[in-house]
Amino acid sequence: MAEFFLEIFSEEIPARMQASGAAHLEGICAQVLKPLGFKLGALYYGPRRIALKAELAGEVAASAVAERGPRTSAPEQALAGFLRKHGAAREDLTQEGDFWVLNKQSPAQPAAAFIQSALPEALAKLPWPKSMRWGASGDFTWVRPLRGIISLLDGAVVPLQLGPVTSGNETWGHRVHGPGPFAVSSAAVWEEKLREHGVIADPVERREKIATGMAALAAAQTLSVAPDEGLLDEVTGLVEWPVPLLGRIDDDFMDLPPEVRELSMKINQKYFALRDADGRPAPHFAFVANLAAEDDGRAIIAGNERVLRARLADARHFWDLDLKTPLEDLLPKLEKITFHAKIGTQHQRAERISKLAGDIAALLQLDATAQQQARTAGLLAKADLVTGMVGEFPELQGIMGGYYATRSHGAVVGGAISTHYQPKGPSDAVPTDAIAIAVALADKLDTLIRFFAEGEKPTGSGDPYALRRAALGVIRIILENGLRLNLKPLLNNDSSLFDFIIERLRIKLRGEGKRFDILDAVLYGPSGNTTIDQLRIISEQYQRNAFADDDLVRLIKWVEALTVMLGTEDGKNLLAGYKRAANILRIESEKDQKLYSGDPDLNLMTEEAEKRLYLHVNAVMAKTKEELWNENYESVVIELASIRPYIDAFFEKVTVNAPEPELRRNRLRLLARFVGAVQQVADFTKIEG
Amino acid sequence: MTVHSAPTRPKSFQDIILTLHDFWAKQGCVILQPYDVEMGAGTFHPATTLRALGPKHWRAAYVQPSRRPSDGRYGENPNRLQHYYQYQVIVKPSPADAQELLLASYDAIGIDRRLHDIRFVEDDWESPTLGAWGLGWEVWCDGMEVGQFTYFQQVGGIPVVHPSFEMTYGLERLAMYVQGVENVYNLDFNGHGVTYGDVFLRAERDYSKLNFELANTDILKRHFEDAETECNALVAELVAQPAYDQCIKASHLFNLLDARGVISVTERASYIGRVRNLAKACAEIWLSGESNG
Repeated sequence: MAEFFLEIFSEEIPARMQASGAAHLEGICAQVLKPLGFKLGALYYGPRRIALKAELAGEVAASAVAERGPRTSAPEQALAGFLRKHGAAREDLTQEGDFWVLNKQSPAQPAAAFIQSALPEALAKLPWPKSMRWGASGDFTWVRPLRGIISLLDGAVVPLQLGPVTSGNETWGHRVHGPGPFAVSSAAVWEEKLREHGVIADPVERREKIATGMAALAAAQTLSVAPDEGLLDEVTGLVEWPVPLLGRIDDDFMDLPPEVRELSMKINQKYFALRDADGRPAPHFAFVANLAAEDDGRAIIAGNERVLRARLADARHFWDLDLKTPLEDLLPKLEKITFHAKIGTQHQRAERISKLAGDIAALLQLDATAQQQARTAGLLAKADLVTGMVGEFPELQGIMGGYYATRSHGAVVGGAISTHYQPKGPSDAVPTDAIAIAVALADKLDTLIRFFAEGEKPTGSGDPYALRRAALGVIRIILENGLRLNLKPLLNNDSSLFDFIIERLRIKLRGEGKRFDILDAVLYGPSGNTTIDQLRIISEQYQRNAFADDDLVRLIKWVEALTVMLGTEDGKNLLAGYKRAANILRIESEKDQKLYSGDPDLNLMTEEAEKRLYLHVNAVMAKTKEELWNENYESVVIELASIRPYIDAFFEKVTVNAPEPELRRNRLRLLARFVGAVQQVADFTKIEG
Repeated sequence: MTVHSAPTRPKSFQDIILTLHDFWAKQGCVILQPYDVEMGAGTFHPATTLRALGPKHWRAAYVQPSRRPSDGRYGENPNRLQHYYQYQVIVKPSPADAQELLLASYDAIGIDRRLHDIRFVEDDWESPTLGAWGLGWEVWCDGMEVGQFTYFQQVGGIPVVHPSFEMTYGLERLAMYVQGVENVYNLDFNGHGVTYGDVFLRAERDYSKLNFELANTDILKRHFEDAETECNALVAELVAQPAYDQCIKASHLFNLLDARGVISVTERASYIGRVRNLAKACAEIWLSGESNG
């Protein structure tokens, strides 16, 4: 095996593109160099380079292809396609009967020659998110100007041409600590010499050095670094020779909201926030320089502290300015901001959210004061969009409104505004205070209702208004707070919107590894006074979801109880018995064009097994009636599962289609009673297995 | 040209400008004077915008007063100004050592790279009003943005023949850094006791008032229309730079209207589109004149 080493050296690659650029480099080499048995050794990426080392065979083995091609009478294009597929020429063909036959002998090819012929074209197509031309590049593009390539096979240069650059064995080090250029002969020498020239090539090592370095600096002050993996990745891509440093935040700025300080630090400056021993924000920040400075970083720290002072002074300017204007006074400005051309202004939106938040508060049985607080929070929720701070830091919308409202309207209204965009993602928390819940729900429901009403529904690939996230937010707020609400009236009875939310619930359950087929089953189960057959007949004329339960908490309780039941032997067998009974009923009902919904007659039961089934089903229905009402679903499913031996015995001992019409009708009615008892809980036909 | 500056004492504001002139003149740049039309950034200067187009090689450097009406702070903010200076360099086609040249220019100004952390941080540049974009970086010195480095890819909606290297130095920021000053008005302007505030504080107050309170928006709107009409008329006559002057004027009038808060979100997009159309038309006739000449 031979060592292949490839480094592509350029001007600074954006941090967020380095890892994926290296991954593409590996993908391209793995594909192109497959005939050489490509085996990756290591992958490197950093601010100015992506590189890999791999093991390759010394040559591409000789090969012989003998394959029958198209008929000699086939059109010219067919033959051309065949030749193209095999990289063959007309001379490689012979004629055998009515067919062309390819006999191609490829001699063994040395690895270097193969790399040189196959790799450059593929590398030139490496997909950067954005690429550019530069002075010498002609039509060739790269993420930033390409400056050098090392391409070595066991230490010998494999000449490659990429745009204006020809490969060699030289690279460059850190701009201050060891600019170079210098020559290398292997991957190991490259890594070693880069280190001597002030560059740590391995991104994992750089990341580790940054993380442990910052942690140690913080610990020396009895502080800790607020974890931020994304920022750590980013700064790893900004430095070749990481030197973690600690700076101080002027005490004057510590009374600003921590979100303001830390967002400015992170977004603008790539600084890490620090916490004291009690987890409170500390007046320090950690950052990473790309230089081991002669003064141990004193000037660098002073410079960074100065920049942060200017940034925070700007934030303070907006904070002080915003506090001078009550949120109410900003409402007229919302009249001038269009939320969406078809839906109207932010002011109209705020008014709708206000009303809906009040209505939800009433549904949640909050008192009149609380309902008013929900309306106030709803009305003011969007006012911070026209504050200076949110203009500067859009990410702080909601948070700032929360701070400003807390000062003017108290912590309850402020808290509700602060959390009304939550949950912003799958890992974000949901509001838990009742008024905050009302406002957060109202915000999302209003968005969903309005966009659905305007026909702006998400499509397969596009969801520009994040309606899926809003629907999932509604689901999570309801479920995680155990809110007992009928959802449909809150959706203006928009059936397609209800379907949309149920679809998100199904996807959520699937994502959690839960059985979403059971959701489908309970959706049309417990609410129904209808039988399956009625439902089946009616559903062809009406929206199915007209029958669906719209209390998400109840739905999930059922899903959980049924999941437990179907995990037991009795549950599985009950399901089998149910499906068999439902099947017989369906077939016989269709045959007779009638439903068997009447009461079974005990006097017409000739077999012990049918009597016992009848009596037990009646007993179960009597027992479960109250438990259903109390939503004691665990007990209900235990009762239901207890039917299992009776239905098994019935099918074993009793012939449903008895020759006597009365007996047959009575047995079908008994099966209908059994099916009815089970489907109080769910439409088991939807459950798999 | 001689630059008077004691080695221990940081350069004054004007010394920094003179040093940069000296540095870029040695790189073969023509040292131009500021363009005599109000504009939002040095990029708008025809020496950059128009000259970035076409096949002819070009090297220029100049100071350009830049006006950002909505950044006015009545002279009360230590960092923000509605009128400030950009030092602009354009080299077409971009040289292989553009980054090294930039770093050497920082050395010349007096930023010691053994003590200060200079970084190239991703920042793609785009000017919707000029129909221009490029890729490059913000240049950071100890966490502070001290410049914008761009490889032009498109100007006036037209892909460039030779990508230029464009460097924009924010002169006040750079000087504040070099001098260790936290308030722009305290900058040493000339090394002989005159501060930046002595020169500009009064103007910042008065122009802030103009930008936010006094400018007559009806007149501004009318002037915008006039500039647009005149630009189109001049484009029809194929006089590229005079037409482009009107385009720059329209752009500045739009910025003033924006600062006065009389442009709604939808109108905003429409105004930007109108200026861009002017810029495109000027770029096209400039280019046709270049290839014919």
